[in-house]
Amino acid sequence: MPYDSFMKLPFISLLLASASFAVGATTFDFKDPKGVNAISFHLDSLLEPISGNAAGISGHVTYDPANPAATKGVIEVATASLTVPNDTMREHLLSPGWIDAGNHPTITFAITGLDAVATDGNTTTAQAHGHFTLKGVTKDILVPVTLTHLAGAYGQRINKPELGGDLLVVRGKFSVSRADYGIKPGQNEDKVADEVELSIAIVGGAPAA
Amino acid sequence: MTTSLRKFARVLLLLGMGAVGGYWLSAGAHSGWSMNRVPVEQTDEITGLVFTTYEERYVPGIEVLGGSLAAGLILLGFTYFPFKKTKCPTTPS
Repeated sequence: MPYDSFMKLPFISLLLASASFAVGATTFDFKDPKGVNAISFHLDSLLEPISGNAAGISGHVTYDPANPAATKGVIEVATASLTVPNDTMREHLLSPGWIDAGNHPTITFAITGLDAVATDGNTTTAQAHGHFTLKGVTKDILVPVTLTHLAGAYGQRINKPELGGDLLVVRGKFSVSRADYGIKPGQNEDKVADEVELSIAIVGGAPAA
Repeated sequence: MTTSLRKFARVLLLLGMGAVGGYWLSAGAHSGWSMNRVPVEQTDEITGLVFTTYEERYVPGIEVLGGSLAAGLILLGFTYFPFKKTKCPTTPS
């Protein structure tokens, strides 16, 4: 074997290894055709807790069941999709004084990777780390998540089993302080709590290639 | 205000307060703020995700009941207020 070819072998092996990783990773689209996806929020308030959800979810996440730690992607929430049961409360919530939906139309979580990964069957628990942006303020956060990879369930879910494809279900709960994101810091805390509990329950689909 | 008018106003106010109380009870006796839409939880069969949809209907809250009863009680209080009868000026003959 010529010297040049011999030297190229490790490089070629590395390329092949990278290619095999790329083949294993799948990109899941989180714009759910069935409209199930939502991020719920809950915070204590005068008289009763404020609970609502945001159903305007979109984004893509790349996930490889053989290497969950390399999970990356962005989940976006349309700010205007935030809904609470009371109209007046919703108007206040979306107004410039609070979330300011007009100037900040999206809330995003850019996942940069997973830590403390533990996989059991098709379910992986981990700490997702990434950049969370709310009202124009970005902070690095850790979110405990559970990922469930449902191989072959994409077509079944939309009543077209012949399509095949996979689903990735993401569940997680975390809290943020509204003051950290410039939402009336130190104000109205007797009426609306500073801590906002967020609950993720979303599914992404990847049709068979 | 004449005595009969006072009695009539009291009965009317008590009936009104009873009607609001009945409406609040029949609409679900919601002890929080009024709702313009009601959350309904559903479960996605394949993924097992529990998600919330909203049913567009009005449910009166505690502020409707409390506000109506408070207004009714204030008005009821007025019916007990000793208004002075204004005497018609008598013209000397």
